Amino acid sequence: MSANGAEPRKHTISVLVENKFGVLSRVAGLFSARGYNIESLSVGETLDPTVSRMTIVVTGDEFVIEQVMKQLHKLIDVIKVNDLTDDSHVERELVLIRVNAEPQHRAEIQRTADIFRARVVDVTPVSFVLEATGDEGKIEALLELLRPIGVQEVVRTGKIAISRGPKSRVKRAPEKRARVSDDPRVVGFAD
Amino acid sequence: MKLPGARIVLECLKREGVDIIFGLPGGAVLPIYDALYDFEGLRHILVRQEAAAGHAAEGYARATGKVGVCLVTSGPACTNLVTALQDAMMDSIPIVAFTGQVPTHLIGNDAFQEADNVGITRSATKHNFLVKDGKDLGPIIREAFHIALSGRPGPVHVDLPKDILVKEAELIWPEKVVMRSYNPNYDGHPGQIKRAAKAMLRAKQPVLYVGGGVISADAHAELRELAELTQIPVTTTLMGLGAFPSEHPLSLEMLGMHGTYYANMAVHHSDVLVAVGARFDDRVTGRVDAFAPHAEIIHIDIDPSSISKNLKVDVPIVGDCRRVLRGLIEAVKQEKEEAAAREARQAWHAQIAAWKKAEPLRYEWSDDVIKPQYVIQEISNLTRGSAMIVTGVGQHQMWAAQYYKFTQPRAWFTSGGLGTMGYGLPTAMGVQAAHPGKQVINIDGDGSFQMNSQELATCFAEHLPVKTVIINNAGHGMVRQWQRIIYKERYCAIDLPQIPDWVKLAEAYGCVGLRVTKPAEVVPAIEKMLSTPAPVILDVIVDKDECVFPMVPAGGANTDMILAPPTREVRDKAEKSQTGF
Repeated sequence: MSANGAEPRKHTISVLVENKFGVLSRVAGLFSARGYNIESLSVGETLDPTVSRMTIVVTGDEFVIEQVMKQLHKLIDVIKVNDLTDDSHVERELVLIRVNAEPQHRAEIQRTADIFRARVVDVTPVSFVLEATGDEGKIEALLELLRPIGVQEVVRTGKIAISRGPKSRVKRAPEKRARVSDDPRVVGFAD
Repeated sequence: MKLPGARIVLECLKREGVDIIFGLPGGAVLPIYDALYDFEGLRHILVRQEAAAGHAAEGYARATGKVGVCLVTSGPACTNLVTALQDAMMDSIPIVAFTGQVPTHLIGNDAFQEADNVGITRSATKHNFLVKDGKDLGPIIREAFHIALSGRPGPVHVDLPKDILVKEAELIWPEKVVMRSYNPNYDGHPGQIKRAAKAMLRAKQPVLYVGGGVISADAHAELRELAELTQIPVTTTLMGLGAFPSEHPLSLEMLGMHGTYYANMAVHHSDVLVAVGARFDDRVTGRVDAFAPHAEIIHIDIDPSSISKNLKVDVPIVGDCRRVLRGLIEAVKQEKEEAAAREARQAWHAQIAAWKKAEPLRYEWSDDVIKPQYVIQEISNLTRGSAMIVTGVGQHQMWAAQYYKFTQPRAWFTSGGLGTMGYGLPTAMGVQAAHPGKQVINIDGDGSFQMNSQELATCFAEHLPVKTVIINNAGHGMVRQWQRIIYKERYCAIDLPQIPDWVKLAEAYGCVGLRVTKPAEVVPAIEKMLSTPAPVILDVIVDKDECVFPMVPAGGANTDMILAPPTREVRDKAEKSQTGF
């Protein structure tokens, strides 16, 4: 179903859940049962140890994302669902990269790492392990530069995100996107 | 107060107001059955297969509006139960299912009769719990009942490891259930209700499209008041039958794949469609882009995720059907109806009357062979629409939906969403257990009935005088119909020889068996069945070539109804619109 031509795009969805047995599998199961694709999912405890936060990156048009949010909200252990995509927020991912480091490339790798504020965290005579954090664009750019040298292995945490500004701030209305209804209890958006 | 876990479970059930449990014992739940031995106030109905316990709990829940409860052991018992859980999930039926589990220290060890119960039922339930500490039993059971019955109702599963049932623990019983992550919304948004009321009064060709949500919210009185107040015709889904009287002048009866011609035509030509407690299922909409193409759609539902799931909705209202309909009645009374719309609606009623006259539900009478539709009509006549009607899944189910004249809610029990064959008999047991004095009739097919016929033993042993009418066409009739109309009469795997002999089978189970083969015998046989105070099977040998009409081929638009037995022309049309599911 197309929503007046709404194109699929990546959304970053932040989900607060009860820190209970099986909750991860409920969320993961929802995505597989309904045929949505998770690009990444990361989970961790919040300040309140009974609550965990999941940051989920999912691709879809407005209709799909609206359903994803409603379905997440329907899970009994889900406390709150928030689509950060169009709100001001900071997102980061941590990546560990094992790259070939023959003598003739060592200086170049070091320079590249400096530019990207990445650190060398393990060294062998033939390889480095780099640690870098950043948003998706930065990580992709770093990998792009290292690829010709020979990237052996990449381990990524998946994205985590936090909204900008103080927590109690009243959120501005998202641009260009009207709510499905005037009813604030109808979760989700449509064009 | 410290009690063994098993005793805590029973105490909690009693406090929740449970009076009947449907179950089957086994190793892991033996402690509960031991506690049940001298526990007062709970009736246990022993079924013959675990799925039947689940369906019986569904029947009980739908008949009473209370939570249905079933109890089975670990492993294979739980996997048998899964079908009933998914059935309750699809049809939003509040049940709580308890399963046994191997002792906590053995979980994950591939122990005897171990399965990952909560892993298996996770997607087939509204929520599920694995109890890991005896002191959690009370709060978890309290939450389970709360979740099952509130919001959009559904099945909840509680898995009980054996050691938790044996060990003593404190009985904790929270008076109120407070969950920060689960707070369903019952009151519709007043602004949206006003918008909907305006749209309904402005409409020239409105239709109310009503589903099972109206029945589970007990909103039938409000629905009738609103329909009569606004003079808007009402069509119901399969699940919504009984929410509005079939013979009411505003009734269009059922819509969708096997709905009436006039219901489908009215929805197609509507300018405002008010969906109440219905979810735009594919059996209702047919091809989605051709469904109510000119209508502004108002959707009232307790479940926000039902709204704009299959089809974009113009005025969504999240809330309990009863409260929202009450709000709509008030709002409509305050609005001024547009004279032009009222005028135009006369023409709309005339048009609907013309459709009703042109294409009523009909079948060809025969003096020699029994037409299945006739059997349903006579059941309807002889019970005056007051019986509890249960069905299996297939042609007989659709004929029952079309030809039985429904007069009341909570008197129609059918597997709508999941289409579970074998649903009839065990569900009828649950209904009969809930209403011992009522006439419970299971209209079943010879294929469907065979999937749970072992429950005749339960009917006999537990004194549940369920009446089963087998519409016997010696085969899987609905599959046969599809193969005939859509698959060019390439009949494959549909013939069921006339075995068992249903009369003998009934007698073997201590029940009464009757058989009719001629139309003239039908009425006396039904009368005899109804007056027999024991479980009865009435085997009705019907015309095996009879098909369910109207029929919308899967993936077709609802206006592409096939109204009569297929000619070559019809078959070509069906072929074109066929999408293959």
